[in-house]
Amino acid sequence: MRALVFAVYLFLYTPIALVVLFSFNSGRNASELVGFSTQWYGRALSNPFLMEALQTSLIIAFTSAGLAAVFGTMAAIGLERVGPRVRAIFDGLFAAAIVVPGVVIGIATLVALAELFSFVNPMLASVWPGTNVPKLSLGYGSIIAAHGLFSMALVTMIVKARIASLGRDIVEASGDLYASPLTTFREIVLPQIRPSIVAGFLLAFTFSFDDFIIAFFVAGSKTTLPIYVFASIRRGVTPEINAVATMVLVASLVLIVIARILMREKKIAS
Amino acid sequence: MGSAARDDIEFRSVTKAYGAVTAVRNISLNVPKGAFLALLGPSGCGKTTCLRMIGGFEQPTSGEVLIAGSGMNGVPPYRRPVNMVFQHYALFPHFNVEQNVAYGLRQMRPRIPAQEIKRRVGEALEMVRLGGFANRRIHEMSGGQQQRVALARALVNRPSVLLLDEPLAALDKKLRSAMQIELQTLQRELGITFVLVTHDQEEALSMADLVCVMSGGAIKQLGAPQDVYDRPADLFVADFVGKTNHIQATLEADGRTLRLPDGSALDVGAERNIGAGETTLAIRPEAIRLTPGGEPRGEGFAGTVTHRIFLGSSVEYSVSVPALGDFLVTADRSTDEGQLVEPGQSVRLGFDPAAAHLFPASHAAQPEGNTHGQQT
Repeated sequence: MRALVFAVYLFLYTPIALVVLFSFNSGRNASELVGFSTQWYGRALSNPFLMEALQTSLIIAFTSAGLAAVFGTMAAIGLERVGPRVRAIFDGLFAAAIVVPGVVIGIATLVALAELFSFVNPMLASVWPGTNVPKLSLGYGSIIAAHGLFSMALVTMIVKARIASLGRDIVEASGDLYASPLTTFREIVLPQIRPSIVAGFLLAFTFSFDDFIIAFFVAGSKTTLPIYVFASIRRGVTPEINAVATMVLVASLVLIVIARILMREKKIAS
Repeated sequence: MGSAARDDIEFRSVTKAYGAVTAVRNISLNVPKGAFLALLGPSGCGKTTCLRMIGGFEQPTSGEVLIAGSGMNGVPPYRRPVNMVFQHYALFPHFNVEQNVAYGLRQMRPRIPAQEIKRRVGEALEMVRLGGFANRRIHEMSGGQQQRVALARALVNRPSVLLLDEPLAALDKKLRSAMQIELQTLQRELGITFVLVTHDQEEALSMADLVCVMSGGAIKQLGAPQDVYDRPADLFVADFVGKTNHIQATLEADGRTLRLPDGSALDVGAERNIGAGETTLAIRPEAIRLTPGGEPRGEGFAGTVTHRIFLGSSVEYSVSVPALGDFLVTADRSTDEGQLVEPGQSVRLGFDPAAAHLFPASHAAQPEGNTHGQQT
């Protein structure tokens, strides 16, 4: 039994360890270790295509995580005030959004956006005054929308758990001490749930930054970092890609660890 | 604000229903300014709902709550001249003690100058003897200290009415009695109307000057603590406030002769105006005299001691009396000449019939399954 568990973990983590290991390989060939070197990191960071993909990914991750944090929090607060039946329905929907496979979300979002564009673009063309008619198409907006919607479910779940542990009485106490509902939110509720919002933001950020499947469907001509990595791998695994993967891995781990700490600490403080 | 002559709180035919459940049933109540009212009753009796309607956290389904003479229907908590001490204190964990106490003052409009707020917060903390604790974090304070922060946070606003929702329930026994004295002293010094919700009859009797016993969403009795204890309005009140022994009996047509289940007759001294028929006699444990040695033909009832609980200044005996059931008897140590009666010993029980209360048997609504109705 113990051996089996060991084998499972070995199977899980060996490939990751190899990627990290070979990113420091001084040789060009990914099949033999020659010596230690950080040259591939330098190479990766000076690759303009890679840097552009990174920038695209960062913009998308920041924006979608930001939107998810704002709307997810609003949803979580709103859900506190509805009846138990409505809340159960929404809880189910949010949980479902998280377990639906990325491929399905990708295809569904693509189909929906394509339909929307073919509906809106002609209308836009007919009412636009100038000749330079804007045309909605896949790109930043579509990835941000797809990621934002998915992450919003994530943020809502995290923030809702925090609000539930907050207790009604400090909100009532604030009202009892002459604070309007808005002041109560600003002075009492927000400071209490802020760590969970930040945690939700970080998880949303990591999700968006790492996501390949959904982005691949709705990216249009945009290249995010995972899409770039995928494309380069088709030309063979280079140590440069290993270096990129290692950097993404480290950045994601750091963000997730921070998010976990934020989510845990609040439970103790309450 | 109302004039001194007015009542601070008034309930006019207030009913509160949650769907099909009626928590408060057509209650009318007047609380004079400066009173210390205790709403006393078992859980689910509607006492907390009443308190929350004064605080504005619940709105009456029908009827009206008035505070200092003004109708409060539809007025949210933050526009009411009342403050509440919550059961679990509800202190703001991300603020320190001073920020917690200053919170209400900071919300007031027109704004109070920062210096003035600081001074009043300092005074309030002195008042609850937390002078040096202004910069402490809430989680660094003990339960009793948090309780006093909550009290200061409410009182610093100089409300017309202070609401206390089971404020002492989370404290240990010793701290609880200390806080009882403190609360009572504060209330007398400040002259603010206090409304205390509690299920602890001792707490209600010892602190309040007006006790309102509630059950099933209705008021069973409203009166001074001694009145409620000495002259309970019905069997429920007799059971809930203090401990009580019951004897089921039949009152004869003369209104003063009770036919007991063992066939004997008991003269209750004076004519009772409750009508002949099925009757419950209620007698307090401390009103019963217990005499060791039971000659079968003496005064009172013969019985056998089954249990003894030694309480230091007094002793509680459980005495089994054939045909009448179990009796609880409290014997004062100062009069028992240092002699304790052993379980198994035969005793005689006697009482002054004038100390007994008679209730028609239809009043049989009583707390579930006990004859010694004490709850804590």
